[in-house]
Amino acid sequence: MSRTGMTRIEMTRVDMKSTDMEKNRIEHYGDELFQALRDRRAIAPITERQADLSLEDAYRISLRLLERRLAEGEKVIGKKIGVTSTAVQRMLNVHQPDFGYLTDTMVYGHGDALPIGGELIQPKAEGEIAFVLKRDLSGPGITNADVLAATECVMPCFEIVDSRIRDWNITIQDTIADNASCGLFVLGDQAVSPHRVDLATCGMVVEKNGSVISTGAGAAALGSPVNCVAWLANTLGRLGTSLKAGEVILSGSLVPLEPVRPGDHMRVDIGGIGSASVRFI
Amino acid sequence: MRTLTEEQMLALAERVENAELNRTAIAKVTGDYPDMTFADAYDVQWEIQRRKRERGHRLAGMKMGLTSRAKMAQMGVETPIYGFLADYFAIPEGGEIRCDELIHPKIEAELAFVTKAPLRGPGCHIGDVLAATDFVIPAVEVIDSRYQNFDFDLVSVVADNASSSRFVTGGRSADVAGLDLTTLGVVVEKNGEVVEVGAGAAVLGHPAASVAMLANLLAERDQYLPAGSFVMTGGITAAIAVQPGDAIHVRYQGLGSISMRIA
Repeated sequence: MSRTGMTRIEMTRVDMKSTDMEKNRIEHYGDELFQALRDRRAIAPITERQADLSLEDAYRISLRLLERRLAEGEKVIGKKIGVTSTAVQRMLNVHQPDFGYLTDTMVYGHGDALPIGGELIQPKAEGEIAFVLKRDLSGPGITNADVLAATECVMPCFEIVDSRIRDWNITIQDTIADNASCGLFVLGDQAVSPHRVDLATCGMVVEKNGSVISTGAGAAALGSPVNCVAWLANTLGRLGTSLKAGEVILSGSLVPLEPVRPGDHMRVDIGGIGSASVRFI
Repeated sequence: MRTLTEEQMLALAERVENAELNRTAIAKVTGDYPDMTFADAYDVQWEIQRRKRERGHRLAGMKMGLTSRAKMAQMGVETPIYGFLADYFAIPEGGEIRCDELIHPKIEAELAFVTKAPLRGPGCHIGDVLAATDFVIPAVEVIDSRYQNFDFDLVSVVADNASSSRFVTGGRSADVAGLDLTTLGVVVEKNGEVVEVGAGAAVLGHPAASVAMLANLLAERDQYLPAGSFVMTGGITAAIAVQPGDAIHVRYQGLGSISMRIA
């Protein structure tokens, strides 16, 4: 893994300031990732070929990938926040999360069968808390109180991450370019007001094929999932965009990632929120 | 099945208890007695309890250990272990854990049960436990193996009272009827940083299952849990090492928090 120049990247660096990387390079990598997604065929890490890839350019590649999906009729329905745990930040040698886009083709409901065999490459499941917004959140300057005031409800959620990069051999730039390694997601059976649950201490229990495989709590994501949503609103604010009313925001995993394959079934229970279950085919 | 003579068992109890009292780490007991069984090891542990009572100490409660399925699989066993809590193990909430009284302490977040009716095995189950529970209360256990460099096996750990050394209870006690103990979340902070998180299901799938298991293990020695027993059910989070100067804060979903300083 390339670690050059990545010791400490401040949040303020994530903006659209001028870059050396010309537009057609961005488009080339974005198109390559789009094709990898459609063909279910992993590619070599982009940072192997573009060692100086900046976070800004990685987000530009991600946007190009999104444009290609939108051009085929997909619609953005929300965002996901990744790299929120200390363990993953340490693995990628960064001190901040990242984000990707959620489209309408990614979402499934409680108990649904997810076609990972036909759609994903190397899927892993993670339990999260999803936020559904009732008001726009425009950073910078968004506080946790703003996030709570703008949240209609929180829901239990499985995110099925996937990497279009071979063997998950990613740097932070690779995963950002690859839409924050987003695959599919499943929303659970209940939605509760964020005022009814302590989002930092709420416990999470993940079961796979009938066995408890991990437990966690809200504080695993940057101390609180609310912090994650505030970070995203403020980061997008610097990029000139905002979180929109009605969007669903996946706030980051509270447990270690679990590889899944067709035939597996999983369930996540979150204290005071509810549960989500999913089958993989 | 037992392999130790009465004299060997008594001598081991003295050796292991002295390691605790003098805070001097010793070699694991299975080094001298490789054929020792769990029955032998529990004989040693009960003798250590008897020695403490004889000196006037009271039994404050019982504790379960090795209650994580993952840890059990790692150690190649299918049953958790238990130990006892002496009165002087109790540290008040907000109090000090003194490292000069311990060897190499670690802390883990747990849930404790206080019972209002006797629990007897065999056949004790979660339903029996919930019916016999007066209340549950957050607890932090300080474990301190008396074995050098944490070099031990499970039989040695049982003889060493399952590494019991100190415990702190606090936060808010609660009726089990209003709680989902499986999804009850716990957040451990050391010096202001979140270091471990977990939920009740980490303990045998349900913390009450741990109390039932204890009653069933005690029945093998014709013992039971009388009404009013205090039982710590086992670590919800992995044990973390602590050193003088550390501040520990553990938050429990809906049940407040416990703080302590390490001195």
